[in-house]
Amino acid sequence: MSDINSWIDSEVKSADVVLFMKGTPNFPQCGFSGQVVQILDYIGVDYKGINVLDNDDLRQGIKDYANWPTIPQLYVKGEFVGGCDIIREMFQATELQDHMKTNGITIRQEASA
Amino acid sequence: MAMNANDIESMIKAGIPDADITIRDLAGDGDHYAAEIVAESFRGKTRVQQHQMVYQALQGNMGGALHALALQTSAPE
Repeated sequence: MSDINSWIDSEVKSADVVLFMKGTPNFPQCGFSGQVVQILDYIGVDYKGINVLDNDDLRQGIKDYANWPTIPQLYVKGEFVGGCDIIREMFQATELQDHMKTNGITIRQEASA
Repeated sequence: MAMNANDIESMIKAGIPDADITIRDLAGDGDHYAAEIVAESFRGKTRVQQHQMVYQALQGNMGGALHALALQTSAPE
Protein backbone atom coordinates (compact mmCIF):
# COMPACT_ATOMS: atom_id res chain seq x y z
CA MET A 1 0.00 0.00 0.00
CA SER A 2 1.43 3.41 -1.01
CA ASP A 3 2.32 5.93 1.72
CA ILE A 4 -0.59 8.19 0.96
CA ASN A 5 -2.96 5.23 0.80
CA SER A 6 -1.89 3.89 4.19
CA TRP A 7 -2.04 7.42 5.63
CA ILE A 8 -5.59 7.79 4.32
CA ASP A 9 -6.50 4.35 5.62
CA SER A 10 -5.35 5.32 9.12
CA GLU A 11 -7.11 8.71 8.95
CA VAL A 12 -10.35 7.13 7.82
CA LYS A 13 -10.29 4.96 10.93
CA SER A 14 -9.00 7.69 13.27
CA ALA A 15 -12.47 8.97 14.15
CA ASP A 16 -16.04 7.71 13.94
CA VAL A 17 -16.96 10.33 11.33
CA VAL A 18 -14.32 11.71 8.94
CA LEU A 19 -14.98 14.25 6.19
CA PHE A 20 -12.43 14.77 3.44
CA MET A 21 -13.26 18.22 2.12
CA LYS A 22 -11.97 21.34 0.43
CA GLY A 23 -11.21 23.80 3.20
CA THR A 24 -12.05 23.28 6.87
CA PRO A 25 -15.38 22.94 8.71
CA ASN A 26 -15.07 26.58 9.80
CA PHE A 27 -13.97 27.77 6.34
CA PRO A 28 -15.25 25.43 3.59
CA GLN A 29 -13.71 26.43 0.25
CA CYS A 30 -16.23 24.71 -2.02
CA GLY A 31 -20.02 24.78 -2.12
CA PHE A 32 -20.34 21.02 -2.07
CA SER A 33 -18.03 20.62 0.93
CA GLY A 34 -19.91 23.44 2.63
CA GLN A 35 -23.23 21.65 2.13
CA VAL A 36 -22.00 18.49 3.86
CA VAL A 37 -20.56 20.57 6.72
CA GLN A 38 -23.95 22.25 7.16
CA ILE A 39 -25.74 18.90 7.23
CA LEU A 40 -23.32 17.40 9.78
CA ASP A 41 -23.56 20.52 11.95
CA TYR A 42 -27.36 20.49 11.69
CA ILE A 43 -27.72 16.89 12.84
CA GLY A 44 -25.12 17.71 15.50
CA VAL A 45 -22.54 14.99 14.94
CA ASP A 46 -18.87 15.22 15.97
CA TYR A 47 -16.58 14.76 12.98
CA LYS A 48 -13.03 15.23 11.83
CA GLY A 49 -12.51 17.53 8.81
CA ILE A 50 -9.49 16.85 6.61
CA ASN A 51 -8.55 19.53 4.06
CA VAL A 52 -7.49 17.88 0.81
CA LEU A 53 -6.23 21.22 -0.48
CA ASP A 54 -3.31 20.91 1.93
CA ASN A 55 -1.68 18.15 -0.11
CA ASP A 56 -2.03 17.19 -3.80
CA ASP A 57 -1.15 13.54 -3.18
CA LEU A 58 -4.03 13.42 -0.69
CA ARG A 59 -6.35 15.19 -3.11
CA GLN A 60 -5.77 12.50 -5.74
CA GLY A 61 -5.14 9.65 -3.31
CA ILE A 62 -8.54 9.93 -1.67
CA LYS A 63 -10.24 9.64 -5.07
CA ASP A 64 -8.31 6.44 -5.78
CA TYR A 65 -8.91 5.10 -2.26
CA ALA A 66 -12.69 5.21 -2.61
CA ASN A 67 -12.86 4.89 -6.40
CA TRP A 68 -14.79 8.17 -6.23
CA PRO A 69 -13.75 11.08 -8.46
CA THR A 70 -14.89 14.04 -6.38
CA ILE A 71 -14.57 15.80 -3.05
CA PRO A 72 -16.16 15.91 -0.42
CA GLN A 73 -16.18 12.34 0.81
CA LEU A 74 -17.79 11.24 4.07
CA TYR A 75 -16.65 8.17 6.02
CA VAL A 76 -18.48 6.65 8.99
CA LYS A 77 -16.67 3.99 11.04
CA GLY A 78 -14.09 3.69 8.29
CA GLU A 79 -16.65 3.08 5.55
CA PHE A 80 -17.26 5.40 2.59
CA VAL A 81 -20.84 6.70 2.79
CA GLY A 82 -20.97 9.14 -0.12
CA GLY A 83 -20.30 12.51 -1.63
CA CYS A 84 -22.43 15.65 -1.47
CA ASP A 85 -25.41 14.37 -3.49
CA ILE A 86 -25.73 11.13 -1.59
CA ILE A 87 -25.30 12.76 1.84
CA ARG A 88 -27.95 15.36 0.98
CA GLU A 89 -30.35 12.65 -0.30
CA MET A 90 -29.75 10.51 2.80
CA PHE A 91 -30.24 13.53 5.06
CA GLN A 92 -33.53 14.48 3.41
CA ALA A 93 -34.76 10.90 3.82
CA THR A 94 -33.40 10.85 7.44
CA GLU A 95 -31.33 7.84 6.37
CA LEU A 96 -28.15 9.68 7.39
CA GLN A 97 -29.41 10.15 10.94
CA ASP A 98 -30.40 6.46 11.05
CA HIS A 99 -27.02 5.43 9.64
CA MET A 100 -25.28 7.34 12.41
CA LYS A 101 -27.46 5.82 15.10
CA THR A 102 -27.02 2.25 13.83
CA ASN A 103 -23.27 2.90 13.98
CA GLY A 104 -23.57 4.04 17.61
CA ILE A 105 -22.83 7.68 16.83
CA THR A 106 -24.74 10.23 18.90
CA ILE A 107 -26.53 12.99 17.03
CA ARG A 108 -27.74 16.16 18.70
CA GLN A 109 -30.20 17.21 15.96
CA GLU A 110 -31.47 20.66 16.91
CA ALA A 111 -35.21 21.16 16.83
CA SER A 112 -36.06 22.43 13.38
CA ALA A 113 -35.94 26.24 13.43
CA MET B 1 -12.28 22.69 -20.40
CA ALA B 2 -15.95 21.87 -20.29
CA MET B 3 -18.44 19.37 -21.63
CA ASN B 4 -21.82 19.86 -23.28
CA ALA B 5 -24.99 18.12 -22.20
CA ASN B 6 -25.16 15.92 -25.31
CA ASP B 7 -21.65 14.56 -24.74
CA ILE B 8 -22.55 13.72 -21.16
CA GLU B 9 -25.79 12.04 -22.18
CA SER B 10 -24.23 9.97 -24.97
CA MET B 11 -21.36 8.84 -22.75
CA ILE B 12 -23.73 7.75 -20.00
CA LYS B 13 -25.99 6.06 -22.57
CA ALA B 14 -22.99 4.20 -24.05
CA GLY B 15 -21.96 2.99 -20.60
CA ILE B 16 -25.47 2.27 -19.31
CA PRO B 17 -27.55 1.42 -22.39
CA ASP B 18 -30.83 0.99 -20.52
CA ALA B 19 -30.54 4.40 -18.81
CA ASP B 20 -33.27 7.00 -19.11
CA ILE B 21 -31.36 10.30 -18.73
CA THR B 22 -32.49 13.87 -18.01
CA ILE B 23 -29.75 16.51 -17.91
CA ARG B 24 -30.13 20.07 -16.67
CA ASP B 25 -27.48 22.73 -17.22
CA LEU B 26 -27.20 24.50 -13.86
CA ALA B 27 -24.93 27.38 -14.74
CA GLY B 28 -24.56 27.59 -18.50
CA ASP B 29 -20.79 27.32 -18.17
CA GLY B 30 -20.42 23.74 -19.38
CA ASP B 31 -19.17 22.76 -15.97
CA HIS B 32 -22.19 22.46 -13.69
CA TYR B 33 -24.91 20.02 -14.57
CA ALA B 34 -27.55 17.94 -12.80
CA ALA B 35 -28.59 14.56 -14.14
CA GLU B 36 -31.49 12.30 -13.24
CA ILE B 37 -30.85 8.76 -14.37
CA VAL B 38 -33.27 5.85 -14.14
CA ALA B 39 -32.00 2.42 -15.14
CA GLU B 40 -33.06 -1.15 -14.48
CA SER B 41 -29.37 -2.02 -14.10
CA PHE B 42 -29.30 0.12 -10.92
CA ARG B 43 -31.75 -2.21 -9.19
CA GLY B 44 -30.34 -3.79 -6.04
CA LYS B 45 -27.26 -1.52 -6.04
CA THR B 46 -26.43 1.06 -3.37
CA ARG B 47 -26.45 4.75 -4.30
CA VAL B 48 -22.64 4.73 -4.18
CA GLN B 49 -22.49 1.82 -6.62
CA GLN B 50 -25.05 3.47 -8.92
CA HIS B 51 -23.08 6.72 -9.00
CA GLN B 52 -19.83 4.81 -9.58
CA MET B 53 -21.43 3.21 -12.66
CA VAL B 54 -22.19 6.69 -13.99
CA TYR B 55 -18.68 7.94 -13.25
CA GLN B 56 -17.26 4.90 -15.02
CA ALA B 57 -19.40 5.68 -18.07
CA LEU B 58 -17.96 9.21 -18.04
CA GLN B 59 -14.49 7.67 -18.49
CA GLY B 60 -12.53 9.86 -16.10
CA ASN B 61 -14.13 13.16 -17.13
CA MET B 62 -15.86 13.49 -13.79
CA GLY B 63 -13.84 15.77 -11.56
CA GLY B 64 -11.72 16.82 -14.54
CA ALA B 65 -13.41 18.32 -17.61
CA LEU B 66 -16.65 18.08 -15.73
CA HIS B 67 -16.44 19.91 -12.41
CA ALA B 68 -19.91 19.32 -11.06
CA LEU B 69 -22.56 16.78 -11.98
CA ALA B 70 -25.27 16.52 -9.35
CA LEU B 71 -26.54 12.98 -9.67
CA GLN B 72 -29.90 11.47 -8.84
CA THR B 73 -30.05 7.79 -9.71
CA SER B 74 -32.75 5.17 -9.25
CA ALA B 75 -34.22 1.99 -10.67
CA PRO B 76 -37.64 2.28 -12.33
CA GLU B 77 -40.56 2.23 -9.83
